[in-house]
Amino acid sequence: MKANVIVRLKEAVHDPQGETIGNVLKQVGYGSVAAVRQGKFFELTLEASSKEEALRLAREIASRVLSNPVLEVFEVEVKE
Amino acid sequence: MPRFAVSVFPGSNCEEDVKYALEDVLGEPTDLVWHKETSLEGYDAVILPGGFAHGDYLRPGALARFSPIMDPIREMAEQGKPVIGICNGFQMLQEAGLLEGAMLRNRTLTYICRYVELRVEHGDSPLTATLEEGEVLRIPIGHADGNYFADEETLAALETKGRVLFRYVENVNGAERSIAGIRSERGNVVGLMPHPDRCYEPELGTDDGRKVFESLVAWTKEHA
Repeated sequence: MKANVIVRLKEAVHDPQGETIGNVLKQVGYGSVAAVRQGKFFELTLEASSKEEALRLAREIASRVLSNPVLEVFEVEVKE
Repeated sequence: MPRFAVSVFPGSNCEEDVKYALEDVLGEPTDLVWHKETSLEGYDAVILPGGFAHGDYLRPGALARFSPIMDPIREMAEQGKPVIGICNGFQMLQEAGLLEGAMLRNRTLTYICRYVELRVEHGDSPLTATLEEGEVLRIPIGHADGNYFADEETLAALETKGRVLFRYVENVNGAERSIAGIRSERGNVVGLMPHPDRCYEPELGTDDGRKVFESLVAWTKEHA
């Protein structure tokens, strides 16, 4: 089973990398892009007997290892 | 005589400098201890040195936090012994939950390697025991992620409890409240982004770093 984890910076945390990307997008003509926030994507290949178990495991990993609660929040999606 | 341990992770690169400063310059017995060790029995203080443990993959310090040596480091912190994180070591202590906050990418988005001026905010701590409040040290930094971040509540708590130990005189990386170094509530766990281990002899530009290590030795002897 595969689980996708997206880790993103909390709204309150300044993201200079995303801002820089946003500035470049404007420079090259994408004036309609109002803002960019950069995050991280992880694809976990898991051994799990059910979708629920995979989801529980992926959430635990995302919370304990893949994200830092001081700065980040995460979302988990399991695909069969 | 106290004994100092310097933890070594795959990708650490400042362990020899810390050992040299403590042992060759100050004459204190110091050992390098591999991160897979599960005991720090017999040591009075431990230093987590700078570098790029596990390549800084995921986040600086995020993977080193799970090394076996972190268990005895946590025990030493609980026993009130000095646990000192320098640069990458500071990031590890944050990831391990032993110090608050996290390091964001520098505001400049660049790796900054230069001398900076640091203001000592409090004298009575493992890294400032022989220093005076208000004293200014010249010590180099070398980091890409040294932009101290914590929420307002945490920052307020650090300030009111006198836990900010060092501030940048000029805020070079965007750190909240110009924070360069903090201590734990109990006071024995300290994190510092700049590198005293790169300036302990006048030949290296300044020997202000030596004062920081002298403080560590004095504080450890007093509290051992």
